[in-house]
Amino acid sequence: MTSIILLSVFGIVNLFVGFMKSRKILMPLALLFLVVVFGVNLLSWNETQSYFNNMLTMDNYAVAFTGIMTLTTLLLLPFSQRYVDENDSNLAEYYSLLLFSLVGAIMMVSYENMIMLFVGIEILSVAMYVLAGSDKKSLRSNEAALKYLLMGAFFTGILLFGIVLIYGATGTFNITEIGAAQIATDGVMSSMFTLGLLMLIIGISFKISAAPFHFWTPDVYEGAPTFFTAFMSTVVKTAGVAAFFKLMTAAFAASYAIWFPTLIAITVLTLVVGNIGAVVQGSAKRMLAYSSISHAGYLLMSLIAFNENSDSSILFYSVAYSTATVAAFGILQMVAHQRGGEEYATFNGLGKTNPLLAFAMTVSMLSLAGIPLTAGFFAKFFVFTAVAQDASLMWLIVVAVVLAAVGIYYYLRVVIAMYMQPAGNYETIRVGSFASFMLIFITILTILLGIAPALVSNII
Amino acid sequence: MITALLLFWPALAALLVLLIKGESAKKVAFVAALIEFAIAVFAISGFDARSGSAQMALTFPWVESAGISFSIGMDGISLLMVLLTTFLVPLIVLSSFRHEYKNPNVFYALILFMQTGLVGVFVALDAFLFYFFWEVALIPVYFIAAVWGGERRIQVTFKFFVYTIFGSLFMLAAFVYLYLQTPGTHTSDINAFYQLALDSGTQSWIFWFLFIAFAIKMPIFPFHTWQPDTYTESPTQATMLLSGIMLKMGIYGVLRWLLPVVPLGVSQWAELVLILSIIGIVYASVIAIRQRDLKRLIAYSSIAHVGLIAAGIFTLNEQGLQGGVIQMLSHGINVVGLFFIIDIIFSRTKTREITSLGGITQNAKALSIFFMILLLGSVALPLTNGFVGEFLLLSGVFQYNNWFGAVAGLTIILGAVYMLRMFQGVMFGTKSEVTENFADLTLNEKAVLIPLVVMVFWIGLFPNTFLSISEPAVINLLSIINR
Repeated sequence: MTSIILLSVFGIVNLFVGFMKSRKILMPLALLFLVVVFGVNLLSWNETQSYFNNMLTMDNYAVAFTGIMTLTTLLLLPFSQRYVDENDSNLAEYYSLLLFSLVGAIMMVSYENMIMLFVGIEILSVAMYVLAGSDKKSLRSNEAALKYLLMGAFFTGILLFGIVLIYGATGTFNITEIGAAQIATDGVMSSMFTLGLLMLIIGISFKISAAPFHFWTPDVYEGAPTFFTAFMSTVVKTAGVAAFFKLMTAAFAASYAIWFPTLIAITVLTLVVGNIGAVVQGSAKRMLAYSSISHAGYLLMSLIAFNENSDSSILFYSVAYSTATVAAFGILQMVAHQRGGEEYATFNGLGKTNPLLAFAMTVSMLSLAGIPLTAGFFAKFFVFTAVAQDASLMWLIVVAVVLAAVGIYYYLRVVIAMYMQPAGNYETIRVGSFASFMLIFITILTILLGIAPALVSNII
Repeated sequence: MITALLLFWPALAALLVLLIKGESAKKVAFVAALIEFAIAVFAISGFDARSGSAQMALTFPWVESAGISFSIGMDGISLLMVLLTTFLVPLIVLSSFRHEYKNPNVFYALILFMQTGLVGVFVALDAFLFYFFWEVALIPVYFIAAVWGGERRIQVTFKFFVYTIFGSLFMLAAFVYLYLQTPGTHTSDINAFYQLALDSGTQSWIFWFLFIAFAIKMPIFPFHTWQPDTYTESPTQATMLLSGIMLKMGIYGVLRWLLPVVPLGVSQWAELVLILSIIGIVYASVIAIRQRDLKRLIAYSSIAHVGLIAAGIFTLNEQGLQGGVIQMLSHGINVVGLFFIIDIIFSRTKTREITSLGGITQNAKALSIFFMILLLGSVALPLTNGFVGEFLLLSGVFQYNNWFGAVAGLTIILGAVYMLRMFQGVMFGTKSEVTENFADLTLNEKAVLIPLVVMVFWIGLFPNTFLSISEPAVINLLSIINR
């Protein structure tokens, strides 16, 4: 709760600081804010408390995910160096919008009432609509923002409709009470309830870009400025999946039989679309967009496993995926901006010109591909273990395994370009000191979690 | 404790080598690899050769909540494989002294780093630890092959990497399943896996999940398509690592994680595996006869030899298993020696085509002798190492089925055909343009070849030194399989 208040206050303070002449102070200040929020958030560990007549509950689940999302934003922030260098007049607004959207994200993992879920999603999304279009002179950025807004508004409508139907069927917005209502009737519910549930699933699936509601993802991710794409594909996705899991466990556990077939179809489709789609991309940024779809699929796998290992495997997967993705997009942004272009070939010879960038990128790619020694391996491992508890789901693991092997193909293409292709005319890329520090930190974190996963795997 | 030292020393040394700029990196790497070998030899002194169970073990929790432990130890089979690895790596490093690789510190660090992965595979007593090291060994060799390799290296190593990872992900899925079948709070300890008595239907599909990973690594026909290209395009040191040691990971995996874990599955499919292996023997031998590129020829001969090892192991009798273990050592030694000789010839003549070579014996007496000995070891002449292994393997296959034995026995005849044809073409006859001024071996080259040739004779004359180390472990293994 304190973290929500602090973030809102900091966001406003940040806007005022933006009036000052020197914009150099903005990034360190925002980093400081996030460190404070991260620390304050940890104070509520093991101190479960609910607020506003049971609208929000800060339990360990919420604290853990808040921690991850704050950390991800913290890691991401230094990659906005470009805006500082260019003395972008809107920098303060960007940071404030990120802080505000983090408020929405925290509400999405701590809601106790579906109204709060809706409000959280909206706070998060509205900020993202703006940020996607923040490159005002770029046609693609404008297109991305418009597409995201129109599609987002449409699916938010569906989500809201779902919430209303559930309310109609159960007479409450409180997720625990909705759960109790189903138990009271032994899970036999009206068709209004089923329809509402289905709409909720569709609405959230859109937010986490699960297939077949993913069509906006490649275009928006590609068109939006890379820095904000990184935020969308990490924090927004983590919040979405965490909210989804919370919803399913607290409100709809008793209707498992209704939503399970739907979700399993969505999961398989997401895995297939994400992995196969990424293979055929010529641009590294689009590849990462499709890869984020495929990772939504792996996250959904641990959701449909729906057992005591699900929450911690979602948590670990989010950490591994977010850190690697932040590094990948961060490096892509610097490379693309200074070399001009987002194709694989833009990375040519990076191993020669910028060994640090190339190494950090390699570790991130291997982590996303799920190779041992990186966090990504244990992330997949915990997901598979969670799913395999139900022996009848072994086929799903086989599908995921085959598609994970496909994934190695496209991640490796970046590594090959960096180390095995000549640099040609490309020059060394300038990297800000904050960004270098964060890249080293992310690389060490990724390898550390690949060796000692217990640091994160069993905290909730 | 000494097992942990064996495991981590190369990784530490790799970090050290990484810091050294310039050519002295190779010397440091060589010294580090020698120290590792000394540690392995020292480990023999603490090894009780009468016991068939894992010794010098070390266990501490790794992912405690999930019951995964960092558990290592060695029985006779592991010890022999560790000895092979630690014996070959210094020689592989030494064999590279003639080359000037760009970024030598990274090159040698990767070799040493891979050694940690290899040793880890051979000493791991926990399924997930085994998988972990299995992949850790792959990443460095992929980079060695893909960065320092030949012209077509990028596509070829790409196929190799994706292919092997594809296989090992199935292994991971199988391990996850087995892990969840262990009673109580789950554990991935090897003994818990041995005690799982799954029904034969389950074992049947688990068998394939595990087997596909090992079969791709070995490789067994028809999973071998990545191998000839990868061996040919990689730099010689990577080819040596792949063929000399990494291939043994696959066979070792079968011995340790396939046969005892799913014995019922094995009994259902052993015959099919034998047939595949024997097809592989004949198929690869016939292709080897037709090869003109020396490296490709040895690559195919390697498929044939591994086919025989796999056939022997899947007979599940003591001769077959013992033969498999000893032949792993022999094959490692011979194939590394042969690839080194091809590298010597290539670096002097700039060609590996048999037809453009010839008459090397006239200039290079020492090279001819070493080449001949390694080649005879490879075609299993009595008194050499190849004979012991192939004899035991074939007698194992004959016990299983006479017809299988007869066809597998073709390997001896076909092996002699392609090997001697190659020797004839390269070494005898009239000198060609490129071999006109062929220089004989340098001191450095002799230093690599002499230890290899000594081992050819040692294993050939006194195989009991090695067989007695692995025998209790093999008997123990058989008792678990036949339980």
